[in-house]
Amino acid sequence: MKYQVVIGLEVHTQLTTNTKIFCGCSTRFGAEPNSQTCPVCLGFPGALPVLNKQVVENAILAGLATNCSITQRNVFARKNYFYPDLPKGYQISQFDLPICQHGHLDIEVDGERKRIGITRIHMEEDAGKLVHADIPGVDDSCVDLNRACTPLLEIVSEPDMRSPDEAIAYLKKLHQIVMYLGICDGNLEEGSFRCDANVSLMPVGSTVFGTRAELKNINSFKFIKQAIEYEIERQAEILDDGGKVIQETRLFDPNTGTTRSMRGKEEAHDYRYFPDPDLVPVLIPDQWIEDVRATLPELPEAKRARYVAELGLPEYDAEVLVSSRELAAYYEETVALFPQAKTVSNWVMGEVSRALNEDNNRSITDCPVTPALLADLLKLMEKGTISGKIAKTVFDEMYKSGKAPEKIVEEKGLVQVSDTGAIEAMVDEVLNNNPAQVEQYRGGKETVFGFFVGQVMRASKGKANPAVVNELLLKKLQG
Amino acid sequence: MEIFDLTIHELHEKLKAKEVSSVEATRAMLERIEAVDGQVNAYITVTPEQALVEAEAADRRIAAGDVAPLTGIPVGLKDIFITKGIRTTCGSRILENFVPPYDGTAVAKLKEQGAVIVGKLNQDEFAMGSSNESSYFGPVKNPWNLECTPGGSSGGSAAAIAARTATATLGTDTGGSIRQPASHCSCVGLKPTYGRVSRYGVIAYASSLDQVGPLTRDVTDAALLLGAVAGYDPKDSTSVNTPVPDYVAGLATGVKGLKIGLPKQYFIEGLDPDVKRAMDEAIALYKSLGAELREVSLPHTEYAVATYYLIATAEASSNLARYDGVRFGHRAEDVRGLKEMFAKTRAEGFGSEVKRRIMLGTYALSSGYYDAYYVKAQKVRTLIMQDFLNAFQEVDVLLTPIAPTPPFKIGEKLADPLQMYLSDIFTIPVNLAGTCGISIPAGFSAAGLPIGLQLIGKPFGEATILSTAYAFERETQWHLKKAPL
Repeated sequence: MKYQVVIGLEVHTQLTTNTKIFCGCSTRFGAEPNSQTCPVCLGFPGALPVLNKQVVENAILAGLATNCSITQRNVFARKNYFYPDLPKGYQISQFDLPICQHGHLDIEVDGERKRIGITRIHMEEDAGKLVHADIPGVDDSCVDLNRACTPLLEIVSEPDMRSPDEAIAYLKKLHQIVMYLGICDGNLEEGSFRCDANVSLMPVGSTVFGTRAELKNINSFKFIKQAIEYEIERQAEILDDGGKVIQETRLFDPNTGTTRSMRGKEEAHDYRYFPDPDLVPVLIPDQWIEDVRATLPELPEAKRARYVAELGLPEYDAEVLVSSRELAAYYEETVALFPQAKTVSNWVMGEVSRALNEDNNRSITDCPVTPALLADLLKLMEKGTISGKIAKTVFDEMYKSGKAPEKIVEEKGLVQVSDTGAIEAMVDEVLNNNPAQVEQYRGGKETVFGFFVGQVMRASKGKANPAVVNELLLKKLQG
Repeated sequence: MEIFDLTIHELHEKLKAKEVSSVEATRAMLERIEAVDGQVNAYITVTPEQALVEAEAADRRIAAGDVAPLTGIPVGLKDIFITKGIRTTCGSRILENFVPPYDGTAVAKLKEQGAVIVGKLNQDEFAMGSSNESSYFGPVKNPWNLECTPGGSSGGSAAAIAARTATATLGTDTGGSIRQPASHCSCVGLKPTYGRVSRYGVIAYASSLDQVGPLTRDVTDAALLLGAVAGYDPKDSTSVNTPVPDYVAGLATGVKGLKIGLPKQYFIEGLDPDVKRAMDEAIALYKSLGAELREVSLPHTEYAVATYYLIATAEASSNLARYDGVRFGHRAEDVRGLKEMFAKTRAEGFGSEVKRRIMLGTYALSSGYYDAYYVKAQKVRTLIMQDFLNAFQEVDVLLTPIAPTPPFKIGEKLADPLQMYLSDIFTIPVNLAGTCGISIPAGFSAAGLPIGLQLIGKPFGEATILSTAYAFERETQWHLKKAPL
């Protein structure tokens, strides 16, 4: 039988606040175990949580960016379960009144646009980490609670995706948005952006969803695709054999690319959610929402549309340039100084990106050729001081040394030669030294023209103005 | 009159006048503890060395002329208060050896004033009980009659006042745990409005009901000690940012023209005749002082105990989940695997009353029962709150008994938890309503056991119940009577 896959995703994004959601401890990654803890995040008796306002504002930002409505009376709830990495024996989360609801994102797969619903976004605290490391003389497991109480947003989609590619498109879009908002560092490997996938199959044409499995522990876009693909195969096999898919939580194993059962429905917890009496309801008046809205950056979709409509960029260029907020900012700063949108786009997508890639995928924010320097270089080219070819050489030098383009051009004597007298002498010499090719050209083989241009440029060490060279060559050959 | 018999304000005057030093007062108190606490068992931990260091520091402050009302005063703390470097057990085996790394806010405020902490006081385990019999460290005996309970859960805090083994103490009140033992030990005990005193550093039993308050020899001391610990605390989101009045300055306001309500549901058939008589005398006294007394109705009173035992236990079942043996406190040995470690640690660490309440609360929050129990209880709580707000439209203060009977015998109600729960019927509604109440000495039974009187005030109406209590105290001698120890 043919099956239709149904996918819903739950994403946990770790917020980039300096301090934890309910205490003043640092959220820095990679510190000495348990060095970033206090009575509150260790769950000591008598300690009480106090909400970090920044977390609420980040959540509102995320909600506004994903077209959600913002809940104006927020309640934190306790999710009760025992685990050694959960200091209080409950996680402070939100239950029936999440901060954002009823949103959506539009994705594009193979040229088709599709709207994916976002059920809810809620604020919660993270748990710590169990460490089963090899510590000599210790065969117990250890707990590192640095991560305990760091702020998370859980973003839950509707089961609206119908292929692994749609799931990836949604995730990438969501990833791009939280990065644009600056609320998450987006690091999948360090767990700053974690994804659980709910996957089920139904016969093609059916409208009744099948039983789903929840896939956990997937920490790259590649693995998400692998995990879903494996799960589709696994469930299809069961259904083909007349079996029933069991509702369960399954763990993805990146080594084998398969999933295995972690716990079944009968082992599912009764979390006994109830409102946390240690925290008062968070009221979000309209004005607060508007204040946060005012800080909302231009999002990739709007930016892309603007690049096409206002700057006249091709769709492709716009898409590439908005892929990250930093790249777009670099582009826009350069265009502001050198208002030729397409030329700048060519350089940013070309030379700049190439140089960064070759330089160990260096970040655009760290590029030695700043937007101002790049604009200066493009201005030299526009004025005809240097040719486009020389400009690339100058760019490489700028990237290496960080020097201003004028300085490099001056030091290396790279000023373009437009003096017809000097160029004419070089043209004459080239024609005189290559009588056979001159014969060929005059005999009708016009492709030899490029050869002459190359020879003249070489003779000028690339400094001759190509337009003048073309013009003089044509005149002499035809004359 | 011995030093340990003095009130805070009396000792304060002597310290200021340099008639006595804090070290002398502290030594006297420590000797008194040594002499009589073996009979009473009010203390779980006595901290003589630390106390004397604090007393010396207080004396230096006094010498420098920097004297706050509590500077140099020997106080005791219910063992529910987190104290940096001092073992804090909460009356439980699971915290038998727990030494906290920080001070709670109320304790820090006492220390700022230079109070001397002489020790940590016995209590029902995790403040769950009405008789101090659920403590892992043994029951507290009532100094008025060592065969009786002192009430609970702040039994040690009340007994230490009656036994004169602390000048003043702090307790906590979740369903009557300050007022009921204060009544049973003939001292003053005040449960402030929810949010008046920070809960930061107070081990949680039921977070939406717990409140810190003073137990003292007289009303003036209660006003002083409340003033010292009250106030907004950014570390407790549920503390309320409203100014703290000068409670002492307002004490002599008087009751002329004050409207005092008598909730008819609190003057029931079956009220102990001695308690009834004490109430009648109090009512007559207030009338004679010019107060207007009238009957009011709190119609949802009969649901209060049931409501309380759903909400308090639900919160407790979650609050006590952190005692899992992972980070602090007791951990069971010889266990195989995680689940067994959790289960055995908690089985060994908690006593039977705590287990009973955790099970009750877990059940009330369970899927399928949540709406019928927890949600329903919250709705009833709102109605009870409304009862009080309605009554306070008509009157300024409510006058009620604290407990239906004088102190009962140790062991008498242990076999019947329900009977025990019902002994808090007059105190529980105040916690559910989140408002304030005070217990003051109002007489003795024929058998010579103390009887307390409760005055209930509007939210943040502590000043009014204190001045109402003070008016009574000025006209009576009950608070001056000493337990025969």
